[in-house]
Amino acid sequence: MNASDKPLVLIVDDEPQIRRLLTVTLEANSYRVLAAVSGQEGLVLAAQHRPALVILDLGLPDFSGQEVLRRLREWSQAAVIVLSVQDDDKGKVAALDAGADDYVTKPFNTDELLARLRVALRRSTKTDAVAVVHAKNLVVDLATRRVTVGGKEVKLSKIEYDLLRLLARHAGKVITHRQILQEIWGPGHEKDTHYLRVYIAHLREKLEANPETPELILTELGVGYRFVAND
Amino acid sequence: MTERDRPNPDALLAAIQRDETRQQRGKLKVFLGMCAGVGKTFAMLEAARREFADGRDLIIGYLETHGRKETDALAAGLPTIPRRHIEYRGIQLSELDLDAALARKPKLILVDEFAHSNAPESRHPKRYQDVLELLNAGIDVFTTLNIQHLESRAEAVSQITGVTIHETVPDTALTDAEFELVDLPPDELRARLAAGKVYLPERAATAQDRFFRVGNLSALRELALRFTAEHVVQDVLEERRAQGTGTPWKSGQRLLVAVSASPTSASLVRWTRRLAGELHAAWLAVYVESTRAMSEEDQARLAKNLALARELGAEIITTTDDDVVRGILRIAREQNATQIVVGKPAVWRVIELFRGSSVLNRLIRESGQIDVHVVRAEGEKVARQPVRPENFWKIDFRIYALVAGIIGGVTGLNAVLDQFVGFYALALTYLFAVVLLALFVGRGPVFFSATLSALLWNFFFLPPRFTFFITSFQDGMMFAMYFVVALVLGQLTARIRAQQTAERQREQRATALYLLTRDLAESPDLAQLLAVVIQQVGKSFRADVALSLPDESESAPVTAYFASTWALSDKEQTVAAWAFQQRQSAGRGTDNLPASEGLHLPLVAGTRATGVLSLRFHDEFSLSPAQRDLLDAFIRQIALVFDRERLRDAETQAKFLAESERMGTMLLNSVSHELRTPLAAISSVASGLRAAGELNAAQKSLTLELDEATRRLNRLVRNLLDLSRLEAGHLRMNTDWHDLRDLLRSALQNLGQSLSRHEVKMDVPNDFPPVKLDAILTEQILVNLLGNAAVHTPPGTKIELSARAEGNQLVLRVADNGPGLPPGDAARWFDRFQRGPDAVAGGTGIGLSLVKGFAEAQGGSISAENRAAGGALFTVKLPLTKLPPLPEEKE
Repeated sequence: MNASDKPLVLIVDDEPQIRRLLTVTLEANSYRVLAAVSGQEGLVLAAQHRPALVILDLGLPDFSGQEVLRRLREWSQAAVIVLSVQDDDKGKVAALDAGADDYVTKPFNTDELLARLRVALRRSTKTDAVAVVHAKNLVVDLATRRVTVGGKEVKLSKIEYDLLRLLARHAGKVITHRQILQEIWGPGHEKDTHYLRVYIAHLREKLEANPETPELILTELGVGYRFVAND
Repeated sequence: MTERDRPNPDALLAAIQRDETRQQRGKLKVFLGMCAGVGKTFAMLEAARREFADGRDLIIGYLETHGRKETDALAAGLPTIPRRHIEYRGIQLSELDLDAALARKPKLILVDEFAHSNAPESRHPKRYQDVLELLNAGIDVFTTLNIQHLESRAEAVSQITGVTIHETVPDTALTDAEFELVDLPPDELRARLAAGKVYLPERAATAQDRFFRVGNLSALRELALRFTAEHVVQDVLEERRAQGTGTPWKSGQRLLVAVSASPTSASLVRWTRRLAGELHAAWLAVYVESTRAMSEEDQARLAKNLALARELGAEIITTTDDDVVRGILRIAREQNATQIVVGKPAVWRVIELFRGSSVLNRLIRESGQIDVHVVRAEGEKVARQPVRPENFWKIDFRIYALVAGIIGGVTGLNAVLDQFVGFYALALTYLFAVVLLALFVGRGPVFFSATLSALLWNFFFLPPRFTFFITSFQDGMMFAMYFVVALVLGQLTARIRAQQTAERQREQRATALYLLTRDLAESPDLAQLLAVVIQQVGKSFRADVALSLPDESESAPVTAYFASTWALSDKEQTVAAWAFQQRQSAGRGTDNLPASEGLHLPLVAGTRATGVLSLRFHDEFSLSPAQRDLLDAFIRQIALVFDRERLRDAETQAKFLAESERMGTMLLNSVSHELRTPLAAISSVASGLRAAGELNAAQKSLTLELDEATRRLNRLVRNLLDLSRLEAGHLRMNTDWHDLRDLLRSALQNLGQSLSRHEVKMDVPNDFPPVKLDAILTEQILVNLLGNAAVHTPPGTKIELSARAEGNQLVLRVADNGPGLPPGDAARWFDRFQRGPDAVAGGTGIGLSLVKGFAEAQGGSISAENRAAGGALFTVKLPLTKLPPLPEEKE
């Protein structure tokens, strides 16, 4: 793999230690890295170098993370992963709704960060939608609307299927409550989280091997859901 | 939508405000019947049963089943507040225990017989006032009422049945109430009566046949039906007005009823209220105060009539005019009244034929565009005449003696003058004295002096002297003319003087109000403001004044201001506090706690009270309507100024708070950032080392230790930050629907390796519906309780975590099998930095105080105890919201 094949990652964080750490980690894992200390510099670098992925800290001194995201999204489709503190659910949700692809909570685990990076990159480069999603022994055939678990067909209601399809199409990525509710139940239902809780419980009951410890549809507390598909 | 159809924003705002106060206030549901025995209590209990089955927190406050089996059976099993027992003059009475009900604070309370009169020395004379207090406390109330007890219908019922109704409820007590008519056809009711199914007090049994005639019952039934129908119409109208779809206030009518001290006025007021209700019109009650003196009894009756009108929702206006017709018409024009209601005298005595008909005729002639209703109104049969002269003489006796003395003196003077001038000239001396007297005394004494002087002149000076005989025609004419002139002159002078006095009083009142307003406006600070209020009110009403202000630091809601001129006793203080909380006047001359020494008036601006003004009058308590008006104006003015002052304070406070919150948040964010960044670095280095994959087993386990330490440190940082947020009141709540199992899993995940040496058993029902909570706070509660259990129990023991829905609460239990809690005060375990005597390393002593804070922030509670089988048990109770129904899905 020559240098230009390696994906370019832009890190926007005002903390030198985090920048250094991320740079070392990412370079060790075959990424090219650029670093910016402020939102302003980040936007300039992004415009100049067109990175494949941006790691964006939400607590920047000049702009809020959401503001950087908004400006970036005006012209760029690069994948964005935001870094947030643990108890800032609102910041995470706002960033995701503003177009971020995923988030990682500080203090983060390197493995987890790298996994998120891979998923986000794959999603942003992949163009055509997959017809069949595999996750453990669940198979969702989006073309025929057939859902099987261990080969056995599972009957789903219309909403259950729509919900599963939405999650599966965005496998690996977190989808916020708001995004799901708007897509499945339509505008005006963004606050009806209880619909979602009930239907997710139904889906887990029907699809998970052990609904008590779900492995397919994971809850991101206070943020949304993440569907885990096989790579 | 055209301009005209658009809902008036003010009306909308009013509707919204009404809705808001309605939401804060409890809802009143009235089970209305035409008379006793239709099954109101039964219907109420049935409705309560349904609510109870839905899991509503309800309680029976007072129920009168009269020992009927079906009713008793229906009440069985519902929670009940024990009644308050009072012994009054050897009689055992039992009443609703209002304080217990308020303390218990259920969602819904059942209080039978709305119109009941409470035992003497209760907080309120009437039960409906108890109910209003419950509603104000935000408690919903179910109650029962017979149509005859409704103030505005009582008279109609009296006329139908011939039975006088004593216990009545003002219509205003039923504003915003929802009515359920309990209807029974008269024949069926009579059948029930015959079968002995209707309870009647023994003394009423004789009246039973008269009351329960089919004709009566039909009429009563019609009244009840019509009342309910009117209420429904009213609701619909309001609804329409809110939506702007109807044609509101089409009538545009404004009714005016003339109120006097006459006992017939009360029924006139009720009649007008009914008409106003039917027309959906606003109405005024006008009293025209004349310069004539009024007996105390009349004053009391007038006050009662005006109070009735106020209670029934009229706007009260008093004016001063010796000519009643002119006074009424002036107010009618000023207020744009479209209809005037006056009473028709019941008896046409000769004098009233002249006076009464002329008043009516003039009113009708001069009213122009305004319609005039002349209503036959019957009053209670009050013997007015025999009482009055007695008072009349008693009051004025000394003045009459004085007048007689002066006239006597003048006679002596005339005896001297008689030697120099003729007896005709002496009449002028008398006349002079009479006119002079008229400047100082009332009309009665002037009449007396005119008569007396005429007689004395005749007796002593008109020949033949020392007889009352008059011989010549000329003398007779002189005597008659003297008598008439003295009378007319005297009366005219007295009348002018009375008008002057009235004028002066009006001016004094206007001046008093002006002075108050000016001084209030000029007061530079609150202390000065309070001093002005106390001084001005005291001076204007000749009373000791105490001003009580809300006091958040004390246990009592209000405390008297130190500069008050009346030191409130504990009892009066309680009355003042009650007036403040209920935003109703209390004390002497009111319906609330009338046995108190003083009058306590809340200063109400908008919907909240800003203080209480208490007055103890120097003289015997009697405020004339004009004085009462002035006092009301004072109160309004003072309340307004206080409210302005409060708003100014609140604004400063809010600015300060916002600034401090901004600083606090900034500091917290910066500290959080500074502490967490190095932690993030350490954690990612540890995981990065492992990911590089060139470590041996020992090195790998060291990086895991590093991970665990970071995790613990991170939890501590978080707890400290949370604690300072909690302390500073910056906790941001974010309640939403969650799957409880998600929360529990997340908490367990969060604890990571800390729980690895314990066996954790999770027990949540499979079909637990979504719960509405703050996810972060609840997760932190669980993390801290579980972390606590892990630290304080030996490795290898079991930790049990369970969740249950109990009633309308979510109960989370964390139980361990460790040594349990050390003896001591369980509540102290939730204090900050409180650690066990043999505290194990790993606890900081803030975890439990955080758990408590987080539970309470969500409206919940926490308790700790030792289990019988050993180990500690922590129980967290959080309010559970009922899951709203989901839209039906077509398969």
